Amino acid sequence: MSPVPDLAARRAGSPFDVTRVRAEFPILEQTINDRPLVYLDSGATSQKPRRVIDAIRRYYETDNANVHRGLHALSERATNDYEGARDTVRAFLNAADRREIVFVRGATEGLNLVAQSWARPRLRPGDEIVVTTMEHHSNIVPWQLVCRQTGARLRVAPIHDSGELDMEAFSKLVNERTRIVAVAHVSNALGTINPVREIIATAHDAGAIAVLDGAQAAAHGAVDVRALGCDFYVLSSHKCYGPTGMGVLYGRTELLEEAEPYQGGGDMIRTVSFEESTWNDLPYKFEAGTPNIAGTVGLGAAIEFMSDLGMDAIAAHEHEILEYATEVLGELEGVRIIGTASAKAGIVSFVVDGVHPHDVGTIVDQHGVAVRAGHHCAMPLMRRFKVPATTRASLAVYNTRADIDALIAGLRKVKEIFDR
Amino acid sequence: MNDLRDLYEEVILDHNRNPRNYPRRPEKTNCTAHGFNPICGDEFFVHLHVDDGVIRDIGFDGAGCAISTASASLMTEALKGKPVADAERMFGEVHHLLTEERQVGKPGEFLGKLTVLTGVKEYPMRVKCATLAWHTMKAALHDDATTVTTE
Repeated sequence: MSPVPDLAARRAGSPFDVTRVRAEFPILEQTINDRPLVYLDSGATSQKPRRVIDAIRRYYETDNANVHRGLHALSERATNDYEGARDTVRAFLNAADRREIVFVRGATEGLNLVAQSWARPRLRPGDEIVVTTMEHHSNIVPWQLVCRQTGARLRVAPIHDSGELDMEAFSKLVNERTRIVAVAHVSNALGTINPVREIIATAHDAGAIAVLDGAQAAAHGAVDVRALGCDFYVLSSHKCYGPTGMGVLYGRTELLEEAEPYQGGGDMIRTVSFEESTWNDLPYKFEAGTPNIAGTVGLGAAIEFMSDLGMDAIAAHEHEILEYATEVLGELEGVRIIGTASAKAGIVSFVVDGVHPHDVGTIVDQHGVAVRAGHHCAMPLMRRFKVPATTRASLAVYNTRADIDALIAGLRKVKEIFDR
Repeated sequence: MNDLRDLYEEVILDHNRNPRNYPRRPEKTNCTAHGFNPICGDEFFVHLHVDDGVIRDIGFDGAGCAISTASASLMTEALKGKPVADAERMFGEVHHLLTEERQVGKPGEFLGKLTVLTGVKEYPMRVKCATLAWHTMKAALHDDATTVTTE
């Protein structure tokens, strides 16, 4: 993901017809509390375009069968659907090989898989794992668990008040004891786009592997795992216009080969006897049991949806709305934006003086505006900014300036109620 | 559309702005409990000085949204000087007020000012905010050391 879309694209305004994009999302046609739905919570989960919903329905109506098993026509089609989605994901991330694409339940499971299958058998007491203050709980807790199991130690790189990683402190923290550097590509609570190339280079210089949590990045700009040079990358389908319960772990072949299986069961084995079992090839070694076939079909359709719009165009569109939101929120008295990094993806977190984010959330909801209010599964980050929670507006392809105007109208109502 | 003014009543806003008995732990506190809604982040400690079956003093500290803060503040005001039996009854009536569709009889006789919480019922996601301090108070009375949650 380029940190900032090029200026030419920004000057040109929206790079695609947003009205037509919106028309692809059936859910956006409704009203909430007699007002048109304004969905500004795509960081929690994005809405689904019709073609994703249709792809899942078509799969169940015409192709449904178990994969890699039957010799019948339906099983062959289901297998083709499932493996076809793997090819789509490989191309989307520009991975070198389809065997490097492991289907999981979500980014969370991807991170847990890396922690348990790759890290756990390797870590020794005294080894270190480096994360940052801005991580989502899912990029903290799996490492805490593996530290407890192995005696390794979790180190935390601090951030600046802007919400940018303190690169100097980070570089000092990474040393010869560091085995893993695990960092969000984009912060879910702040929107900060981390300088991941530099982070990865620092990790590799120290002999550590680099794990990127791409949950908030993959739908908002092009991701090229080979150009980045990361060792593992995870994403969640449901934040990328695809269905829930579906995610991707990318891992370099060499690392996936040396990792232990994650779960045991059908499909992940080559041979089983009561004395000893042997594992299937990549990526099936990590895909025990009947997988989420419909989920992969939906994810494949979602990636095609994003690719048709173009990842750079998506980034440019969201950047334009983000800049507008930042400007108009900044003009509201008593509103403070948390996270002012120079490179940000489509997330704006803020607090309103004297008003708890949950009260903000309830009041703007009465205006049909859906935002997230809470700690965003980033409690250490909230403590860093000394706030109990924030209100977060997060963007996607279907958002417009009018959506931001509706949020502002809701916030004026908040002030009207609380200032009276 | 619900009228937000039913939720954010004048009295609620006042108790949110200037919570009573807050932040305060009475000197002779002999019952304390911890209430925490981890998803929300709302967190309170309720402290009571109970003597001879009567709540002699009560205070709370912590932080939360307007609804949870105002509910806690109103609670401390209502319970100070009351017999423990009244506190138990009030807990039951507040709970009923916030969660039951039908009200039996006219609410308010016993609850007094606390009836301003009625508006919360129209916002089911916020009922847990209004009940947090009450459950915490009850745990304190019953010497329950486990953290209370209403999520």
